[in-house]
Amino acid sequence: MTDATEQADDVPTPERSLRIPVMQRVLDNPFLLLFIGVTVPTVFYILWGLIELTQIPIAN
Amino acid sequence: MAIHPPEERIWWNQKVGKDELIWIVIAFLWGVIMFSMMIYWHVVGKQNLSTTAYRIDPAAFEEKTEAFADQFKVREEGDTGIPVVRPPAGGDVYMLARLWQFWPVLELEKGESYQLHLSSMDYQHGFSLQPVNINIQVHPLIEHVLTVTPTETGTFSVVCNEFCGIGHHTMIGRIHVVEKGTQR
Amino acid sequence: MAIAEAETQIIGGIAAKFRTCPASGLKIDLAAERLIKANAVASIVFLAIGGLFGLLVALTRWQTVHILPADMFYLALTAHGLDVLLVWIIFFEMAVLYFCSAVLLNCRLATPKLGWVAFVLMIAGAVLANVAVLQGNSSVMFTSYVPMKADPNFYLGIILFAVGALIGCFMFLGTLVIAKDEKTYEGSIPLVTFGALTACIIAIFSIAAGAIILLPTWLWSLGYISHIDTVMYKLVWWAMGHGTQQVNVAAHVAIWYAVAAILLGAKPLSEKVSRTAFLLYILFLQLASAHHLLVEPGLSEEWQIFNTSYAIYLAVLGSMIHGMTVTGAVEAAQRRNGYTRGAFEWLRKAPWGNPAFAGMFLSLIMFGFLGGISGVVLGTEQLNIMLHNTIYVPGHFHATVVAGTTLAFMALTYLVLPLIFQKQVVWPKLARLQPYIFAVGVAGISLFMMGAGTLGVARRHWDIGFADAPMSFSYPAAAHLMLALNGIFAVIASIGGILFVLIAVGTVLWGKPVTAENIVESLGPMPKKQVTDAVSTYGNAGTWHLPGTYILVAVFFLSFVLYYFVNWKYLSEIWPLS
Repeated sequence: MTDATEQADDVPTPERSLRIPVMQRVLDNPFLLLFIGVTVPTVFYILWGLIELTQIPIAN
Repeated sequence: MAIHPPEERIWWNQKVGKDELIWIVIAFLWGVIMFSMMIYWHVVGKQNLSTTAYRIDPAAFEEKTEAFADQFKVREEGDTGIPVVRPPAGGDVYMLARLWQFWPVLELEKGESYQLHLSSMDYQHGFSLQPVNINIQVHPLIEHVLTVTPTETGTFSVVCNEFCGIGHHTMIGRIHVVEKGTQR
Repeated sequence: MAIAEAETQIIGGIAAKFRTCPASGLKIDLAAERLIKANAVASIVFLAIGGLFGLLVALTRWQTVHILPADMFYLALTAHGLDVLLVWIIFFEMAVLYFCSAVLLNCRLATPKLGWVAFVLMIAGAVLANVAVLQGNSSVMFTSYVPMKADPNFYLGIILFAVGALIGCFMFLGTLVIAKDEKTYEGSIPLVTFGALTACIIAIFSIAAGAIILLPTWLWSLGYISHIDTVMYKLVWWAMGHGTQQVNVAAHVAIWYAVAAILLGAKPLSEKVSRTAFLLYILFLQLASAHHLLVEPGLSEEWQIFNTSYAIYLAVLGSMIHGMTVTGAVEAAQRRNGYTRGAFEWLRKAPWGNPAFAGMFLSLIMFGFLGGISGVVLGTEQLNIMLHNTIYVPGHFHATVVAGTTLAFMALTYLVLPLIFQKQVVWPKLARLQPYIFAVGVAGISLFMMGAGTLGVARRHWDIGFADAPMSFSYPAAAHLMLALNGIFAVIASIGGILFVLIAVGTVLWGKPVTAENIVESLGPMPKKQVTDAVSTYGNAGTWHLPGTYILVAVFFLSFVLYYFVNWKYLSEIWPLS
């Protein structure tokens, strides 16, 4: 449904007919890049690391 | 030019030059080799630092270390008043770091493996064994347990290489390594 | 180059004033221009202060000179790290972000007034932290590892600075949105702006991480929080400590592309390859904060190997790609300019007399050969144990942050002065020598610190003679020699640094104005085109070849492989550990 509305709203322009490849659209989208650029290190470096540190056992 | 938008609207589909492609493949494979090297060393290499750790109160660690030193003390190191401790071969050994000393001095036998327990009483310190050049971070409230096997005899120094205040550069400890079976 | 008159115009309903750059024809938002100037000037002031502290540190570590007493040494070292690793580079990066968005996209800057709020916050924060250090009760090193406590204002200053810098990052993103909405450019953003975007994203992650860990630390220093876990602090702090240095990498790579484009007309060999390499930075570069946590208790080998290798060295792949494509783009541009003889005519006849080019190319070479290779070795899980906290570590990062980033920023400054400040560089003969003097000094600093580090010498250490220690110990004589050489080369680097500051300040104060007539010559010597009818567009797939670049890349790769395995050999000789 959203597709249909978008298509109705959008006047076909030459740019549109160029069909920009998915990867180029990703690289042209700064906020998507910001999202993945913050998520990847937050998950793999910070969260994974912090979880391991909370699991250090207590000495007997 | 790199300071202008790309000349072609769709640049993703441009063909990548063969020379660039070759370099990308070489660089990628080199990365895989370096990555595998770390895993390979865990399988066949002998220098893989233990990550075993326990949360511990500094006072409790101090108590354990003092009991260990009392039990196995053989003499004092020069006129420093610091005990030299000769634990049984292959046993547990304790060394604590505090402002500004590593305590006690250890005497180990060449070729024997020891469980070394490290912890700090105050700030972070750096256990830097010289001239072997083994460097391990020492944290307060954490007991780090690792296995170490001296492979040469002699007198080795433990230099603190984590900044720990104004006396940091005077903080030094010692490990003696002797041949197996020598007199205690 | 398009020549246009310098004039001020007001666009539409938006009260933004522009002038037209006579060199490029780009419209320059005067509000952006003022912010670029303010941030650039602030950055150079802090470079001068931080550099001076660095010289004092190096002269103290030269055992026979030993200029500072212990307390002042640790104070100077804290100030040096704070002022150059954080303040100088981030102020300059703010200028780079505003330039790469508003100027390169031909657009007005988003919320310039907020830009001044950011600037004031950053200045206030930097001053507050510096005052705390100079008062003498915050000599905790830049890393301020808990539980060593600094004055609360030390943490507060860094937090304010970080918040200001975060505002600047979001203004960059806002400007990208405006430029797209107002269609001030066609298609995709320029590659240099994409590099700046990469830097901006990494900056947002790192600076936010810094603020997040320093906030509780500040409260702890005030007594509101009783305890901060030492390893957790370190983990999050290094997301900032290392992350901000990764901002530098992205920023100086963008600058390499920019300088090559402005001076030589260099184009990226392939937009796709270069942008993908930046994407690898966005995804993986920040994982390398784990380099600082390889000999700590409590973090698993799996976490260490995955993070320290930037997920199978994919960010290193990005750097190796940039190293080749920037060199290749320079070679291609020079060949297009007619320097086609042999493998290296393009390099021999490059504009070495232009400080912007010389600085940029020296930065590229030294970052790759000295900083890149040593960084990978240092960040290898098991190899780290031979080098952790030795002076090898500062040796490595002086190759990356000083030889790589600072030299690249200096190179760009020689273009920013005529283009943004509209002043001709004063003392052009000195300016021509400056990058070489600085580069020689920095190369020496890096190599001799790394050399001393392989001999075990501790970093952040006032007296490796251990004169006051209860037990005697001595590093090898070679280590003392290397620290002396480090001191000598630090003096050389300082001369280069002082020259840079004098030239930059002198140009801003007394430089002759740049006009439409002299703008091109104001950018410094450029290569003469030997072929005037050179084809301006060309394919990149096999229509040329770049023998010089192939040779340089091969030499680099062989050095890398050799040095990497030599270190494994050394590792196999130390005491077994498990």
